Amino acid sequence: MSDPVTTQTGTPSGKGRRLKFHILRFNPQLPGDTPRMQTFEVEEQSGMTIFIALNEIRERQDPSLQFDFVCRAGICGSCGMVINGRPDLACRTLTAKFTDGEITLLPLPAFELIGDLSVNTGKFMREMSERIESWIHGEGSKECNYNILEERMDPDLAEAIYELDRCIECGCCISACGTKRMREDFLGAVGFMHVARFRLDTRDNRTDDDWYEIIGDDDGVFGCMSLMGCEDTCPKDLPHQTQIAFLRRKMVMVK
Amino acid sequence: MKELLKDEVRKSRMPARLDLLQSLSGLVLGVFMWIHLVLVSSILLGKGAMNGLSRFMELSFLKEGPGGYPFVPFIIAFGVFLIFILHAGLAMRKFPSTWRQNRIFRSHMKMMHHSDTNLWYVQVVTGFIMFFLGSVHLYVIMTNPGTIGPYASADRFVTDWMAPLFLILLFAVELHAAVGMYRLAIKWGILDGEDPLVARKKFKKVKNITSVFFLTLGILSWIVYVTIGVHHRDHAGERYISSVPASYSFVMRG
Repeated sequence: MSDPVTTQTGTPSGKGRRLKFHILRFNPQLPGDTPRMQTFEVEEQSGMTIFIALNEIRERQDPSLQFDFVCRAGICGSCGMVINGRPDLACRTLTAKFTDGEITLLPLPAFELIGDLSVNTGKFMREMSERIESWIHGEGSKECNYNILEERMDPDLAEAIYELDRCIECGCCISACGTKRMREDFLGAVGFMHVARFRLDTRDNRTDDDWYEIIGDDDGVFGCMSLMGCEDTCPKDLPHQTQIAFLRRKMVMVK
Repeated sequence: MKELLKDEVRKSRMPARLDLLQSLSGLVLGVFMWIHLVLVSSILLGKGAMNGLSRFMELSFLKEGPGGYPFVPFIIAFGVFLIFILHAGLAMRKFPSTWRQNRIFRSHMKMMHHSDTNLWYVQVVTGFIMFFLGSVHLYVIMTNPGTIGPYASADRFVTDWMAPLFLILLFAVELHAAVGMYRLAIKWGILDGEDPLVARKKFKKVKNITSVFFLTLGILSWIVYVTIGVHHRDHAGERYISSVPASYSFVMRG
């Protein structure tokens, strides 16, 4: 979660600060390559984000630097990385936030490393989606008749579902979770958010008994140790704390 | 065999029960520890106050003459010991179980600088300390149930060399209890109210205040017990005799 920025980026002479980027470099595809930190210097521009600075480095200094991006607007969730110790989106993090001008970038832990700052969140998210079957389980899913209008939904409910559906699957919650880091099979906050979303959806016929089969163990909601890394790093400010507590209360009531 | 097959077709409800039991046992122990420390700190009001309270806890008001029923503190200590073992067993499931897990968590803490993550490790360490020191304390109380009093307890501090153990135990218990209560509130979310973010800040504030309050109370009481114990060293074993007769006896006097 980015804090509001108040720091001036330029100096009185109009020239920006010299930012130092310490970036983890490692390409697991290259035989014999070992992880190392490499430092790059970039002149800060007004309104510069980590993403802009990384592009600058790749264009002007090292074209081999690997990192992911698509939307540049905090929507696609591709540019998640560890910025000075905290998982966040590179495109939403202003360099002005770092008063000393020293920025350390690491790839998101808990995901398969592709190279440098690029990780395979897609593989993880697909497995997570399959595990919790994150699609509508309704009667209509068997026989789909496109000529019948979908049943109307209460706007408040639609709003509540939308609130939880804002997850962009960036993986920040996973990397920030100490439980997930220790226990690979733990579902993680992104999974719980999806469960909470589908549980809310009246078109999904799954009952709490069905949900218990998916998250009712120590790899699921009872494994969460409430470390709140997810809540404190989610770039979309999703209500992880509330939803995990809610699921825990519901699952503990299942007979 | 039937049970085994049942678990194959339907997920066991045991993880849910264990999770709830861990929280409930933690809640009971946390509340007990706070009450316990308040009672222990009665020494700050004087030897007479501590003695009166100790005899009251032994239900001396039901008995004519000095002293009460020492089996009462025994029953309390034994009950707490059972809940303590239950809670330790349940909480142990969450500990890092291998060196690799421990190393990953430590490096995660170092990377994140995140207070709630760090606080969990504080709970692991303090919980581990309590396995040993808490057991010793409870065993001593269970085997000497009639020896709670201003001089007897102070002798335990100094003559019986329990003062260092109690000091470490004080920090371990109070930190563990305050963090545990905070985490309970977050974990179940039943006190969140309208705004869970505001509620969390409040919980943290309460956690910090309770930690400071009970640690201060505990340290002051520890100092007083040690001081009494040092002065009473030459008379170790002698009990405090109240100069004020008990006036709250419910026993009918002939």
